[in-house]
Amino acid sequence: MRAALLIATMSIVTIGLRALPFLAFKSRTPPYVAYLGRVLPPAIIGMLVIYCLKDVSLLSPPFAIPEFLAVACVVAAQVWKRNSLLSILSGTVVYMVLIQLLH
Amino acid sequence: MHFKALSEKDRKTVQQAFYSSIPVLAGYLILGMGFGILLRNAGYGVWWAAAMSLFIYAGSMQYVGVGLLSGGASLLTTVLTTVMVNARHLFYSISMIETYKNTGKAKPYLIFALTDETYSLLCDRKTPEGTDGNRYRFLLSLFNHSYWVAGSILGSLLGAALPFSTEGIEFSMTALFIASFTEQWLNTKEHVPALIGLLCTLLCLLVFGPERFLIPAMLGITLALTLLRGREESAA
Repeated sequence: MRAALLIATMSIVTIGLRALPFLAFKSRTPPYVAYLGRVLPPAIIGMLVIYCLKDVSLLSPPFAIPEFLAVACVVAAQVWKRNSLLSILSGTVVYMVLIQLLH
Repeated sequence: MHFKALSEKDRKTVQQAFYSSIPVLAGYLILGMGFGILLRNAGYGVWWAAAMSLFIYAGSMQYVGVGLLSGGASLLTTVLTTVMVNARHLFYSISMIETYKNTGKAKPYLIFALTDETYSLLCDRKTPEGTDGNRYRFLLSLFNHSYWVAGSILGSLLGAALPFSTEGIEFSMTALFIASFTEQWLNTKEHVPALIGLLCTLLCLLVFGPERFLIPAMLGITLALTLLRGREESAA
């Protein structure tokens, strides 16, 4: 019962956070918010990239080499073919092979 | 019963939405399974896993939630933790206000289903050529959600009894964000917001450490973008 209550709480708070900006700026989006809406996506994706790599250690083996090569692979594939699926699959395969070889 | 055959456009929309969702399919199945296994080990079975993935639908929050459930957290702790872990969703929503403006009946669901991954696929506002934009967004959101729920259920049922090593497959999520970052970079000459996102987060990671850098990073990004508003608006 307690678990159900906690799960409901997590659900409601998460939905609230996702819905709040839509409810707050329902009728008219202030220019400042519209500006943020325009410039935030690239900044947030940059933030998420760092967030995903936050636990990578540069100072202990394997010195982030698998991550570095896999990231380079994704970027290179994306620049070359502009096909996200291809970039993601190739980068992930590179990473899995490297990390499993190293273990 | 009245059946209407799928038009060419509808078929293309379903096809493209599925195609775009494939990277998330891999990532969500694996991460969802990881969550299902973790929750099972904490003593909560498949129905709990399904309920959490269906109604919370926020990956990192659900991982944290396992700890809250098994540690017997208070209601207040749960509220505060959820706000901290999920505050970034405010930002996603702010930048989707325009895109989701005329999405009709699907709008509440689109807002509910705006996860990191779905956001990264939809935030550039572009939809594949020849598709119905709103339907594309709805289907993509729905597909992703279903992968997440399916992964959680599978993880809870199968446990750790997988016959092959999936070690490293979680990189598909990282790769998704990097591909999205690169694509946005190639699509614009204005790289300042992207650089602010990267550098400000990196700085906060170094200063505050991996457990608590996200909120300072979000505040720093907002501040930096706000200060640059005049310059950026004249550049646009």
